Amino acid sequence: MRLSPVIAGCLLLILAALPVSAADEPDDLVVDLSEHDVSVTVDFAGADLVLFGATEGVGDVIVEVRGPIRSEAVRRKERIAGIWLNRDSMVFHRVPAFYALASSRPLKDIVSDDALATLQIGVNNLWLIPDHTAEESEIAEFRAALVRNKQAVGLFPAEPDEVKFRGDRLFRADIHFPANVMVGPYEIKVHLVESGKVVRSTRTPLTLSRVGFEAGIYRLAHRWSLAYGILAIVVAVMAGWLANLFFRSKA
Amino acid sequence: MQIYLPIAEMSVNVFLILGMGGGVGFLSGLFGVGGGFLMTPLLILTGIPPAIAVATGANQIVAASVSGVFAHWRRGNVDLKMGLVLLGGGILGSVFGVWLFSHLRSIGQIDVVITLSYVLFLGTIGLLMFIESVRAAIRTRRHIRRKQHMHLWIHGLPLKMRFRRSRLYISVLPPIMIGFLVGLLGAIMGVGGGFIMVPAMIYLLGMPTTMVIGTSLFQIIFVMANVTVLQAVQNQAVDIVLALILLIGAVIGAQFGARAGAKMPGDQLRVLLALVVLLVCGKLAYDLVATPADLYSLWVRG
Repeated sequence: MRLSPVIAGCLLLILAALPVSAADEPDDLVVDLSEHDVSVTVDFAGADLVLFGATEGVGDVIVEVRGPIRSEAVRRKERIAGIWLNRDSMVFHRVPAFYALASSRPLKDIVSDDALATLQIGVNNLWLIPDHTAEESEIAEFRAALVRNKQAVGLFPAEPDEVKFRGDRLFRADIHFPANVMVGPYEIKVHLVESGKVVRSTRTPLTLSRVGFEAGIYRLAHRWSLAYGILAIVVAVMAGWLANLFFRSKA
Repeated sequence: MQIYLPIAEMSVNVFLILGMGGGVGFLSGLFGVGGGFLMTPLLILTGIPPAIAVATGANQIVAASVSGVFAHWRRGNVDLKMGLVLLGGGILGSVFGVWLFSHLRSIGQIDVVITLSYVLFLGTIGLLMFIESVRAAIRTRRHIRRKQHMHLWIHGLPLKMRFRRSRLYISVLPPIMIGFLVGLLGAIMGVGGGFIMVPAMIYLLGMPTTMVIGTSLFQIIFVMANVTVLQAVQNQAVDIVLALILLIGAVIGAQFGARAGAKMPGDQLRVLLALVVLLVCGKLAYDLVATPADLYSLWVRG
């Protein structure tokens, strides 16, 4: 999944040349990814991508990575007769399954909290929609629990990654996806910030998809679940029969 | 070496799963038990979602029972007619069980129901086994006789049928009820249910001990195959890759277990098994009552 330094260097060179060759267009922010399609295979143990970019002039860069948007339920346990049981729950819509940030300097040094809130940058500013109305504090508590649980499994990395500048104009960011990421469409947003204001934003798509054996099993299990169930039994019966044959001949 | 499980949608260490399969296989070979009641809780403890642990466990039990039933079949120790009657109850029980499972899953209570069932059953069985085996170990010399034919209320029920192999003439209702209960447990707990089926066949139905294990294995194959298909169709919770890795470990482990078991005295073995069962039960019970690290949890409808 990692690019070799040589290819990385070439990409940087190409990107460096871009603003010159396309001088007519106001391309003050150009980015590209080392890969736009990531395959989730049987030996998938996470993925590392490299984001390259070039800016006109000086400024800071914030990178947002967010992936499959869906609804997630948060449940709260209560002790009933000594046992912890799930009781109240709240469903949030428009939750990204994965959300990570990277920035060229600590966020608070680049842009104000208010501006982050307006732009919905950062896990605490994401626009999550609860499925039912409740007290403000109650919603806040469930929301905080969602973020906390996501952070605990590495799907909302707590610490932003670093965007590294090479000179004034070229930058790169290493984006890490843990092994438990969801497959589906992702979006990477890059913001260029100058003196506390976002002056330019651009986005680039990314897709994580299952391929090969992995994809076949998943598709079979979800689309032809009866055939999959029968296959599971056939495999089990064969395995049991083989084990019996093998160990009987030895005994 | 990590492997990505397609249905559980998580990456696990192959050697950890192989080792677990091997460990449970070793114990099942050592004690002559199915091991499903240890496999499912172990999978849950390693972070596999309970629903997938249960459904995949059912698939793995099919394989284990197939490999076990051959020896009994060759010796003529399978009462086919009794097996089919038990199976009738088992199919009904597992259909109801998988339905219940889906329902509990959708209201967010499946995990606690699975854990609670385990605590209840492992606790009862572990305790009974422990008391019984300690007693037996203490009075090894004394001879205890068991009554050959007990007359219980069961024998007054209608719909009697003759089971030639088992030399029984009893109502079909008790075997159907036993089958139903075991099928239900199989669907919810991912266990073969031998630990309930075997004593029930001996003490409640009065079947000859030689017939019990073969007949129980025979019907477990079909009941668990039914659970596998239903779980696959209704909950998409059967992970073939996980089942296969467990299976390989379990088959190898069982061979070593059987060899080790031949060298150890039976009473001590039973005390040991009782302790293992109580240990697993204790861990699960602790998890139910201990204050969780986070009272909130996430859930995504699959």
